[in-house]
Amino acid sequence: MTRERLVVIGNGMAGCRAVQEVLKRDPGRYEITIFGAEPRVNYDRIMLSPVLAGEKSFADIVINDEAWYADNGIALNAGCKVEAIDRIAQVVRVDDGRDVPYDRLILATGSDPIRLPLPGLDLAGVVTFRDLDDVEAMMAASAQPGRRAVVIGGGLLGIEAAYGLARRGMAATVVHLMDVLMERQLDASAGFLLTEAMRARGVETVLEAQSDEILGKDGRVTGLRLKDGRVLPCDLLVMSVGIRPSTALAKAAGLAVERGVVVDDQMRTSDPHIFAVGECVEHRGQCYGLVAPIWDMCRTLGETLTAGSGTYQGSVLSTRLKVSGVDVFSAGKFGGGEGCEDIVFRDAGRGVYKRIVLEGGKVAGAVLFGDASDGGWYFDLMKSGEDVGAFRETLVFGQAATEGLRGLDPSAAVAAMTDTTEVCGCNGVCKGEIVRAITDEGLDTLEAVRAVTKASASCGTCTPLVEKLLKLSLGDAFQAQTGPKPVCGCTHRGHDEVRRRIVSEELKSIPAIMQALEWTTPDGCSACRPALNYYLVCAWPGDYRDDKQSRFINERVHANIQKDGTYSVVPRMWGGLTSSDELRAIADVVDKFDIPTVKVTGGQRIDLLGVKKDDLPAVWADLNKAGMVSGHAYAKGLRTVKTCVGTDWCRFGTQDSTGLGVRLEKFMWGSWAPAKVKLAVSGCPRNCAEATCKDIGVICVDSGYEIHVGGAAGLHIKGTEILTKVATEDEAVWTICAVMQFYRENAWYLERIYKWMDRVGLAAIKAQVEDPEARRALYDRFSYSQRFFRIDPWAERVAGRDSHEFNPLSRRMEFEPA
Amino acid sequence: MNALVKDPILWTDVGAVTDVPLRGSRRVPTADGDIAIFRTGDGKVFALRDRCPHKGGPLSEGIVHGHAVTCPLHNWSIELATGEAMGADRGKGCAPVVPLEVREGRLFLGRI
Repeated sequence: MTRERLVVIGNGMAGCRAVQEVLKRDPGRYEITIFGAEPRVNYDRIMLSPVLAGEKSFADIVINDEAWYADNGIALNAGCKVEAIDRIAQVVRVDDGRDVPYDRLILATGSDPIRLPLPGLDLAGVVTFRDLDDVEAMMAASAQPGRRAVVIGGGLLGIEAAYGLARRGMAATVVHLMDVLMERQLDASAGFLLTEAMRARGVETVLEAQSDEILGKDGRVTGLRLKDGRVLPCDLLVMSVGIRPSTALAKAAGLAVERGVVVDDQMRTSDPHIFAVGECVEHRGQCYGLVAPIWDMCRTLGETLTAGSGTYQGSVLSTRLKVSGVDVFSAGKFGGGEGCEDIVFRDAGRGVYKRIVLEGGKVAGAVLFGDASDGGWYFDLMKSGEDVGAFRETLVFGQAATEGLRGLDPSAAVAAMTDTTEVCGCNGVCKGEIVRAITDEGLDTLEAVRAVTKASASCGTCTPLVEKLLKLSLGDAFQAQTGPKPVCGCTHRGHDEVRRRIVSEELKSIPAIMQALEWTTPDGCSACRPALNYYLVCAWPGDYRDDKQSRFINERVHANIQKDGTYSVVPRMWGGLTSSDELRAIADVVDKFDIPTVKVTGGQRIDLLGVKKDDLPAVWADLNKAGMVSGHAYAKGLRTVKTCVGTDWCRFGTQDSTGLGVRLEKFMWGSWAPAKVKLAVSGCPRNCAEATCKDIGVICVDSGYEIHVGGAAGLHIKGTEILTKVATEDEAVWTICAVMQFYRENAWYLERIYKWMDRVGLAAIKAQVEDPEARRALYDRFSYSQRFFRIDPWAERVAGRDSHEFNPLSRRMEFEPA
Repeated sequence: MNALVKDPILWTDVGAVTDVPLRGSRRVPTADGDIAIFRTGDGKVFALRDRCPHKGGPLSEGIVHGHAVTCPLHNWSIELATGEAMGADRGKGCAPVVPLEVREGRLFLGRI
């Protein structure tokens, strides 16, 4: 039997979710084809803000990867535009000339960002905030230091965009037409708090400001002029003033279109073979731009296209803002009005504001700022229309207080949910799937549930609900994780607690930690074991014996594993200096071992790529003979100290930067750290060694040495912050070693210096290095530790240590087929 | 492969159990790729083809925890008893299991 052909125009959140809803109900019914204008797989568009802010990567927000399309037999045409729909012939016309026939067609074309018709709209540097291309354009614009951004529109997206740009180091300003930010979701009090919270995060706000003209020079934007004559200079202008349903295709095909494509309660357009979902739709006169209603529509469409019984009756809306540390929730008639009563709670110390709006004894709306954890509860009360008169006194204190005082079991409501009730909207996970995963796979932490089911792994809004399901399934065995993020799924304890207790309780082995801190797995996992091993190495440098089975392969074999299972070898070149003897030895090694690729690295070293694992000890032996040691290019520890030629050669050099770099590297090499540490020393402010994007950098000046910390130039790009200035080379070395030790003792495993600095603050680091006693103590502990670690791991292995790592267990089967 | 061979499995002694470190792994090269032998914290041994079902990473270089190994290339966790991917990657692939027997402290790999 040939299957009916289902064609979907739109590979976004609505299109793919509609397909998922169909597959969930009747996986074999349709032969499915999806067209998407963006040349990539389906991703979570509402999570673009965290991507812009550098808090998530694109990979984190992919909803369906290529395997999903393949596994479900879906033909994905990414980067293909549908040009027309021929409703008589029932085919869609694609821009590559194909005609693709359909039995049922779903329009999920979404919406387009509105571009204000201002003069200067076409200048380079003027963007909208809609898809990954926009985000990439914004990230590129923020890459250079000292750039300024203006965002027109103080709605949800505009604020998230400005926050993301500020996180990336731009000076960001939001220009908003109204007198309150997010006025469609917030009242004046919450709007004020938001303005303040954004200012604290580096985003300025200009309210009641009407844009007049985009200014430019040489085809690039230079600023925005307001109607009142003020000019806001900028290098990037983001327009985030709303969206318009994308209806051109539907209109051209002769479908009924008002503001959006008109659909009935079954999501059917005016053509019975054509359906529509998402932001392109107008249902009962209403267009939606939030994700929850889209999920509701897709569910109905899934029913319609399989059983044929779905009904969509419109959605009640709620909003959350995705700005780290700014907890905002809003729903319903948050602003009150005639016949409404308000219950307001404020806590100035914590920056909390809550307003619950009652109408006729029922919750009609709520706005929460600073503590939005009960948003879901108020939203449920609002949707259910329950009379809240009986517990009105405690209502504003939230669910736990209210139900506790009423003697209710807080898990009763969760227990009453049906198995098919959706818990995680982002990933479409129902209660039943979560409970099954908890019981069948023995999960007992939030992290584990996230790993297995993806529930609450995207925006995190449903986290409290998932925790309740854990509590419901496990009873007292589940301890809700309050406070810090656990080290991994094997424990509910955070990194700080683990580090503190290793020292205070003198825990000196991995099993001792796991026992004392009640690990829930017998021997940990690949996330916690390397972390614990490092914490022990750092805490007990003289006593602890490194557990190599808890090291990642690179640190176990002292080389970098490559995609084909071969390794790369990087010999140390102190401060980037080398000699003809070393180069000759390297050349000989390359020839002798037939090493395919030789490359110069960004840290001024030479990388030998494609070395076979079994050859490693022999390669090292030859390099050792020429006086070279491991460059630790694989280590969570000190990597390289990059230098310029300083006063030795440069006519601008102010100090001996090469000498200082070599001295630092000779003192600090071999030290382990929470993550890799790269240093650089520049001999003058021209900064040829690029010290201001390193973990620790030195800029030499006539009067001494500026010490910089917290730079990065990888996944994130971040300039350093200046820590202090010292007069002598000795002081520079002491200070840098003190910073290194403070970082080694306090950061979380895998946390780079810039992330750690974000968390603890530059001031905390300054306080340590500017107090001579504290600095001295840190320096002494670092020096003590270095007595044990300034040892060449290559030479040890050439001498025979861990030889089993480099030899197979047996060669008896080498020439036999297995 | 000779269909007339009655006993389908030939066993090869590849070394002592204690040659494999606890919570560690060793490789045995064969004409069609390496086999990885794992020894877990509780002393059990397992053998899989040394190729992660994801992108072919050498599982013998991963961190062994519980009865699982985490691939060094992209952190897939593989169940040692079945070779199946675990967690969010469950059902996406499998590293074939290789027959393994312990006789008097020696490891024997089986060929079919």
